[in-house]
Amino acid sequence: MTTVNPNGPRPARITAGRVGLYAFLLAVALFFLVPLYVMLVTSVKTMSEIRQGQIFALPAGLDWSTWQTAWSGACMGLQCVGVRVGFWNSVRITLPSVALSVLLGALNGYALSFWRPKGSTLLFGVLMAGGLIPYQIFLYPLVRMMAVTGLYGSITGVVVVHVIFGLPLVTLLFRNYFMGVPDELYRAARVDGAGFWRIFFEVMLPISIPMVVVASIFQFTGIWNDFLFSLVFAGTDNLPMTVQLNNIVNTTMGERAYNVNMAATILTALVPLAIYFLSGRWFVSGITAGAVKG
Amino acid sequence: MPSTRRRPIAATAALAPTWVVVAVVYVGTMIWSISMSFTDSTLFPSSNYVGFAQYAKLFTTPKWLAALRNEVVFGTLYVSGCLVLGFLLAAALDRRVRFESVFRTIFLYPYAMSFVVTGLIWQWMLNPTLGIQANVRALGWDGFLFNWIVDRDMAIYTIVIAGIWQGAGLVMVMVLAGMRGISAEQWKAALIDGIPVWRIYASIVLPQLRASLTAAGMILAMGVIKTYDLVVAMTGGGPGNATEVPAKFIMDNLFQRQNLGLAAAGATVLVLTVIVVVVPIRYALHVRGARRSAAQ
Repeated sequence: MTTVNPNGPRPARITAGRVGLYAFLLAVALFFLVPLYVMLVTSVKTMSEIRQGQIFALPAGLDWSTWQTAWSGACMGLQCVGVRVGFWNSVRITLPSVALSVLLGALNGYALSFWRPKGSTLLFGVLMAGGLIPYQIFLYPLVRMMAVTGLYGSITGVVVVHVIFGLPLVTLLFRNYFMGVPDELYRAARVDGAGFWRIFFEVMLPISIPMVVVASIFQFTGIWNDFLFSLVFAGTDNLPMTVQLNNIVNTTMGERAYNVNMAATILTALVPLAIYFLSGRWFVSGITAGAVKG
Repeated sequence: MPSTRRRPIAATAALAPTWVVVAVVYVGTMIWSISMSFTDSTLFPSSNYVGFAQYAKLFTTPKWLAALRNEVVFGTLYVSGCLVLGFLLAAALDRRVRFESVFRTIFLYPYAMSFVVTGLIWQWMLNPTLGIQANVRALGWDGFLFNWIVDRDMAIYTIVIAGIWQGAGLVMVMVLAGMRGISAEQWKAALIDGIPVWRIYASIVLPQLRASLTAAGMILAMGVIKTYDLVVAMTGGGPGNATEVPAKFIMDNLFQRQNLGLAAAGATVLVLTVIVVVVPIRYALHVRGARRSAAQ
């Protein structure tokens, strides 16, 4: 621990402090990785192997049939269809929810930063406050309203709910983004005679593509991982992967198929994990951007 | 005049859906729920006004009281645990370590996974007959005891472990971003003065991270109040009421126990809690921000 010179070479000397530092990092890394390892090895073990109670042991062989079962045959109660059904429901819920909430959030952010019609401050203030309120207070009346409009228990219903509760954060992201865009750009477009919608679609939306990506990643992982809204609003035919997974694991009759359960768990985590590993810094900016100026 | 220059008719129209959402959903349903908490609604909403009876009932319901106690224990340990571990990880990665991005990826990946997945992984790891306890015993330590998940006094701490595993990475990235914003000159000056590195982190770096830590703490605290799926997936609130939490109590009374009035009272208490927690923090940040801009 001798030099801290941002441009200099790495310190080559091995000191007790450096050893302790790496020991700490490796120990914590182990704590973070062990659950992933246990999930993976459990998913390819046979049940008799699992019954020996050696959760950390490597599997004797690779039994991938559990993955097949988890995908297309695992049971929720008496219904044995696997997480495949939930996967497609998740896709059908997540894609429109992300597209609509990002588009609406971008539009809001644009209107609230460049145009500021009457009442903008109030709208933004109430929306931000609404984003902090626990969802439980909204749920029952919302169920009743959805029932009246016929949306309750449908994919459209869940999508509407996701868009509604995604609005505060997505609006905030885009408003902050557009606040940083020079007003000259807006004025130049106005001088050219462009109106509200043309400036949005031809100038502002294209320059905010980075924020569109960040907000989409953020919304995608959040909505894919959602449990509460889908449980309440989706109806039994449209349950997404998270709800289905919980039903498979926690409502089993008889002996639990831990290997199949772990395979199903990995399958459910796979999509957000893939997004995380592939998008790296974008994912990080998504989770931090909303917090910086909340 | 800005209003004529900007001609905001189209802008007003564009914001109309959001106005509807704010008025109907955010404000309307909240008023509906709060007023329902003053009625004797059970399976269906009733308009029979009973004053604070539901609140009185709520605070004599053992399950709710247990849920509140658990929330305090879980919330305190989860938020402080994530902040401490996240800060230590950020400080360690700030020491110009090799494979920094590999470590970062490892510490943040659980945050990409859902609470349901997190809960199920840890439920399996902590399984007393086939999980960690069994494996350590099989290795020869016969008396090893780690059955917290089925122990009424310890179960809430298993939720804390799973929560910290999932959330510490968030604090790490936010704090690390803050640390990278601290100027090299400050570091040089402190090192030339011979101040030990740990002391620099404690006395010079930490105070400058107040904004990042507050923001992270806020996100985590909001997560505590929302905590529902983690508990449902991991323990279902049990054993007994050992891991019951307010959000789950409300959900159960809304949709399974047909106790709308009681659930609405519980939800109102949660909203009040958020206001009590958030408003002072916001106010403190606002006042400090105002002072800083006044000083400049």
